[in-house]
Amino acid sequence: MEKEHKEHLIPYGTYFLVWLSLISLTVLTVTVAGIELGRIALFVALAIAFVKSTLVVSYFMHIKFDDLIFRFFLLVALVTLASIFILTATDIFFR
Amino acid sequence: MENPEISTPISISESEKTEQARHLSIPHQHKDAIGAKIGMWLFLFTELLLFGGLFLLYMAYRLQYTKDFVVAASELNLVLGTTNTIILLTSSLTMALSIAAIQRGKKKLSVAMLLATIGFALAFLVIKYFEWTAKFHHGIAPNSPELLSKPNGEIIFYGMYFSMTGLHALHVIIGMIILLFMLVFLLRGSISKTDYIKLENSGLYWHLVDLIWIFLFPLFYLLH
Repeated sequence: MEKEHKEHLIPYGTYFLVWLSLISLTVLTVTVAGIELGRIALFVALAIAFVKSTLVVSYFMHIKFDDLIFRFFLLVALVTLASIFILTATDIFFR
Repeated sequence: MENPEISTPISISESEKTEQARHLSIPHQHKDAIGAKIGMWLFLFTELLLFGGLFLLYMAYRLQYTKDFVVAASELNLVLGTTNTIILLTSSLTMALSIAAIQRGKKKLSVAMLLATIGFALAFLVIKYFEWTAKFHHGIAPNSPELLSKPNGEIIFYGMYFSMTGLHALHVIIGMIILLFMLVFLLRGSISKTDYIKLENSGLYWHLVDLIWIFLFPLFYLLH
């Protein structure tokens, strides 16, 4: 209960920095896509997308500043999603 | 039986009474911002699984038809896709700023930022509309004879493209409607410095729409 009133006021500047990083990463991913990377290309693109989504979730969606319970919830959801993907991918590969 | 409260002329006691009423009304509202936010996150997880299922299907088909996917993707407009990515990322910034402004009690700034967010949402949809109609003009539409004459992998790529960006666009439309309601609430004062959970939860929804696009963009536009 005592935590409820301790609102974190994130400076406007932080949001601008996050936005700038997101735009830079978009430029990076478009540039990298133009280079012939073969099979790694997909992983590079996904890695950049993961970094971008981490920024959005941490700062824009306030996960970094919210109660720990939100991080726990998110972890459960992501682990569930990841296991579904890994299980399906192994099924496709070893068919 | 006359109510003594009404018969007394307006005096200092009147303002005291409203002040008292405000204090009394607070415990009866039972506002629970954390609870509301947990509810919103749980809903967002169901959204994550909804899109997750489609991404799963995409992965399975992409592994099966790698070459067809690359051929089909090369026909998508990279410039429009990149523009829309930047528009959505910027709309997420203005959304976050709108909440940051109301937290500081700056209503005008909050309204301006919310209006900007709605404007970006509209811009995204307009670009998406032109993108889709351009595809339709080239004969590429769900079940069109031209599309059906292509190899299986390309048909599936466009099937996934139309269903996933379509479902995403539907979310943008819903998000825009929610944000319009928030604009009214903000102007009427039911979203304020002390109570802005509605705006915060709408923001969470809007950022989710952005998150989905962050993954849709490289998976459909950046295959070479």
